[in-house]
Amino acid sequence: MCGIAGLIHRGKSSKVGHELQGMLQALKHRGEDSTGYALYGDTDGKNFIMRFKVGENVGEGSTSVAEDVSVYDERKKIVDSYLSEMGAKIVKEERILPYSLRYEIEYNKKDLLEFSQKIESIPGVEILSMGKSLEVIKDLGNAKMVCDRYNLDKLVGTHAIGHARMATESGVDIKSAHPFWGYPFSDVSVVHNGQLTNYWNNRRALENKGMRFMSECDSELIAVYIAQKMREGASLEEGMKESLIGLDGVFTYFVATKDSLGMAKDTMAAKPLVLYESDDLVAMGSEEIAIRSILPQEIDTYDPFDGEVKVWQI
Amino acid sequence: MANLKNVTKKTKAQAMGMHSEVLTGRTQQKFFNPDEAENFYYFGTYDVDFNKRTDLDVKDMTAADANKEIDNLMSQGYGTIVIKNPQGKHSIGVGILNKLNLIFEGSLGYFGIGSCDGPIVRINGRVGWSCAENLMAGKVVIEKNAGSCFGAAIRGGDLICKGSVGARTGIDMKGGTIIIGGDAGAFTGFMMQRGRIIILGNVGINLGDSMYDGTIFVGGEIGSYGSDAVDAELTKSDQDWLKRKLKVAEIGENFDVSKMKKIVAGKKLWNYDNLEPTEKKGAI
Repeated sequence: MCGIAGLIHRGKSSKVGHELQGMLQALKHRGEDSTGYALYGDTDGKNFIMRFKVGENVGEGSTSVAEDVSVYDERKKIVDSYLSEMGAKIVKEERILPYSLRYEIEYNKKDLLEFSQKIESIPGVEILSMGKSLEVIKDLGNAKMVCDRYNLDKLVGTHAIGHARMATESGVDIKSAHPFWGYPFSDVSVVHNGQLTNYWNNRRALENKGMRFMSECDSELIAVYIAQKMREGASLEEGMKESLIGLDGVFTYFVATKDSLGMAKDTMAAKPLVLYESDDLVAMGSEEIAIRSILPQEIDTYDPFDGEVKVWQI
Repeated sequence: MANLKNVTKKTKAQAMGMHSEVLTGRTQQKFFNPDEAENFYYFGTYDVDFNKRTDLDVKDMTAADANKEIDNLMSQGYGTIVIKNPQGKHSIGVGILNKLNLIFEGSLGYFGIGSCDGPIVRINGRVGWSCAENLMAGKVVIEKNAGSCFGAAIRGGDLICKGSVGARTGIDMKGGTIIIGGDAGAFTGFMMQRGRIIILGNVGINLGDSMYDGTIFVGGEIGSYGSDAVDAELTKSDQDWLKRKLKVAEIGENFDVSKMKKIVAGKKLWNYDNLEPTEKKGAI
């Protein structure tokens, strides 16, 4: 089933980690195999923040194979050496969990494709996000468990999207969890609720154009599809509108960039979405109770119609 | 108004403007006879007094507990219950087979007012997916917007949304009336089998797709027609009925119903011929 939620503050910052945690926790009945956050924090915009994993969470319910922590250490060492080779300087390093790391990196090249390909050429290593504001955090368990594990409660920023997952078409692991980074674009992330029925056709076409897939989760296709459209020169909104024709199936998805948040709903409106919009806040989720977790007072909400695409700026 | 005492059962309903469709296939259609009203009752219903009123704050209650408490209040004779702080909770106000004035001060989540028969419900907020599913009788008024599958499979009663509604409104409906003050989404009236839908605003694609019977009235633009949904002539009787319904619904009282479009089933789908499969082969 899965649940998605997103919010964007316009003209101010807020504790988006805490707010999104409340929204996703309200949707936990829609799935708690894994939960993911894409948080756009307040930064000085000088350095890249790279969230990456060197292994999987092999806890209860995981479909991943257990590995020794020494394997993670070895992979981390290779990542560090590759960064050095590419002229990227690690400014700050945090190892939040044995398999999950956060680096602040000084890196001056704009094209992240070569950078990402190099890092991900290390078996078992995946960049979860790369950006100057974006941080993707995803792991097994419900919203509160992941929030507590990664101490996301205090993160201040402008906007965020998140996903509570019930695994259906791929494994219970971090690589299949949402949000997906819009590889190789800085600060682009996607969450999705639904099923895509032309996944393999699109995937083959995009792989032929040099795009990378890390999982077999159909939702990843949306991130790659939008990224490819933007690579060809389309704006975010144009890419999303094209996706309504190019992607087949039932879906509601959110895309976020450094300064914007967008939603798209398939032409049959088969997947739910409730939206609240005011001058200083837009909040949306699969169910109204998600919005109610941050706005308990009486508010006006609505369901976007079939084939609708909307984009908001911070 | 026609003299209802002097007409047959079937004609009574037609004289009241409740039925104008002519079924051509096999039907188990039965008409309610007001003279036999006392024979229709549900076991376990309560004798309530509309003037006996109470509030119920459901902020910290589960849906199951809230529904049990509504039942408990009815058993004490309360005929008007005001629900405070529903806050988008799912499945509240369901399974009420009783006359009751139920007022929600706020919004409901999914499956609100499901499987009810008889209550008069007013919701001062919005409702989520599948509001009033399987409604048998009564009146439900939503002051704001509604989600998808609004009035799915209703069999009777009046379901009114003063705002806009999502996709698949009136899907599989088998009777009753749905009235929308704003716009409606795609697949409105999908596979409807009886009853009426009135939309004062615009409606999305595939309107009345695969509808078996029933009537849809649209005041605005239509995205596209669904399979076997066709235009029909808007009669004087239709206009009178629309005016009366809109007045009762407290919306669009001054709406120019003469410009509304009327959509019905073309009845060209295979299941409308009376031939058995073997006979059909012979006919072909």
